[in-house]
Amino acid sequence: MIFNVLQLLEKNASANSEKIALSDGTSSVTYGMYREQARRIGSYIIKNTSQTGSCYGSRPVAVLIDRNILSIITFMGVIYSGNFYVPVDASMPEERIKLIYQTLDPLMVIDARGRESVMEGAEDALSIIENTETDDGLLDAVRSGHIDTDPLYCIFTSGSTGVPKGVAVSHRSVLDLTEAFHDSFGFSEDLVFGNQAPFDFDVSVKDIYNALFNNARVEVIPKKLFKLPGTLVDYIREKHINTLIWAVSALRIVADFKTFGASAPPEEIRYIMFSGEVMPVKALNYWMDNVPGARYVNLYGPTEITCNCTYYEIKKRHEDDEMLPVGKAFKNTRVFLRDDRNQIISVKDQVGEICVSGTCLALGYWNNKERTDAAFLPDPVISAYPSRIYATGDMGYYNADGDIVFASRKDYQIKHMGHRIELGEVETALNAIPFVTVSCCIYDSINEKIVCFYQAESECRKEIVLALSKKLPKYMWPNEYRFFNEMPMNKNGKIDRVLLKKQIGEKKR
Amino acid sequence: MDRLLKIMSEVRPDLDFEIEDKLIDDDILDSFDIIAIVSEVNFEFDIELNVNDLKPENFNSAEALYDLIIKVQNG
Repeated sequence: MIFNVLQLLEKNASANSEKIALSDGTSSVTYGMYREQARRIGSYIIKNTSQTGSCYGSRPVAVLIDRNILSIITFMGVIYSGNFYVPVDASMPEERIKLIYQTLDPLMVIDARGRESVMEGAEDALSIIENTETDDGLLDAVRSGHIDTDPLYCIFTSGSTGVPKGVAVSHRSVLDLTEAFHDSFGFSEDLVFGNQAPFDFDVSVKDIYNALFNNARVEVIPKKLFKLPGTLVDYIREKHINTLIWAVSALRIVADFKTFGASAPPEEIRYIMFSGEVMPVKALNYWMDNVPGARYVNLYGPTEITCNCTYYEIKKRHEDDEMLPVGKAFKNTRVFLRDDRNQIISVKDQVGEICVSGTCLALGYWNNKERTDAAFLPDPVISAYPSRIYATGDMGYYNADGDIVFASRKDYQIKHMGHRIELGEVETALNAIPFVTVSCCIYDSINEKIVCFYQAESECRKEIVLALSKKLPKYMWPNEYRFFNEMPMNKNGKIDRVLLKKQIGEKKR
Repeated sequence: MDRLLKIMSEVRPDLDFEIEDKLIDDDILDSFDIIAIVSEVNFEFDIELNVNDLKPENFNSAEALYDLIIKVQNG
């Protein structure tokens, strides 16, 4: 019976301990080494914390990540200790990391960046692996207390009130995801997953665990190849990468810079799957023209339902101005639309909120009952026993083929360059700056910019950017600033968002 | 060169581009910045940077990028 993701790792290591499991361009490990190094980290955590001998009431262990295989090995080490991991990007502003730690109260912080200088208060993953002996007895004792509804990881996402929310996901949900992908797409052990997504972003969960489930390999692609994709295609060929599960924004960079043509197309690619935001058909067609042999799949879902709940395989060519559907539910997942009276929608073209239920549902937001209760709701149909759904906040409708098509957001959440951002969080940070009287952020979806309207004594864009850089990660900074002596207000004394919205959205050139 | 510095500091007012020389290696610019800079450069200097120009060594400093622009302008 499989009830812990580590059983997958152990099965692969026993079958062939010499097979390469993970690689990142500078180093690689076999399945045998992957298991052994993770077991050492697990043993170390158990020996050096009060959390001995049980998974019951497991605690968060923060892992400072980089784009390296050491981060993945450390994740598994945390699981071996009977706890769950929380990937943290160390380049985020200190204040935001503090906010995350406040919510978490982590059992331990492990620095998996493999650098000379370890962050203050953190333990170094490399020296743990070097100096720890595996204690089989301790690891076995922890495992015997584990159940599959224990948390596996917690990933933080933007929160509208200014405090990030940690989505806690169980082993059961991730095992369910890997089985669904295996069944739907015929994944096999000769796959090489070209990891693009950072590890604090749940798109990467699919690389890590689909590789484990299928006894395949993960190849972590260096970040700078996505900024300047001049050598990206050569890299994919060189490493024999054949499966891309990427953020839409990464596939778009390749298309926007017309990256094919400089080098021969990567003919080994078999799967190209994308999620995170709406994929423009024009960019998709660019890929399909250059890599015609691959299967293309549009994946949809928020972190709260464990990566994806629906998929749409692209089997025909779409027109550049068409909208790709998000498709139909994966097996063992229920996806439905509800109207504003909490009734289920079954007719086509009527817009409603996309809701999800099943094993894929996250456990909730860590240590945040209020937010959890606001998003994980009682099932509108089932009332004879407790049953939860997740209301995504995404609005959609059924098309003539019965596929769901995304229409809009219910609130101020946006997708910007692959990141999920609550504009409320950006505004909270802006309004906290002493010399900003009031501010308002609106997303210009045509030019793909966060536009900040602010009132202050005088124009002070540079000072605002400097102040924001101490609070918010770079991807949340507004891209355009408009200064007002006096912010336009509506009749009700609120900022006139309708008027401001009219001032944006013209295509520049 | 002043035109280029102006473009770059419009995109990232928090940086001093006369000093920074590891913009890519130290992960200072993100992909959004690069797309913004490339599109502004193409427009302002009336050139078309192509994929072969998109390499870390060309974007680590304003000076390196300026050299690239001159090279492309001179064919």
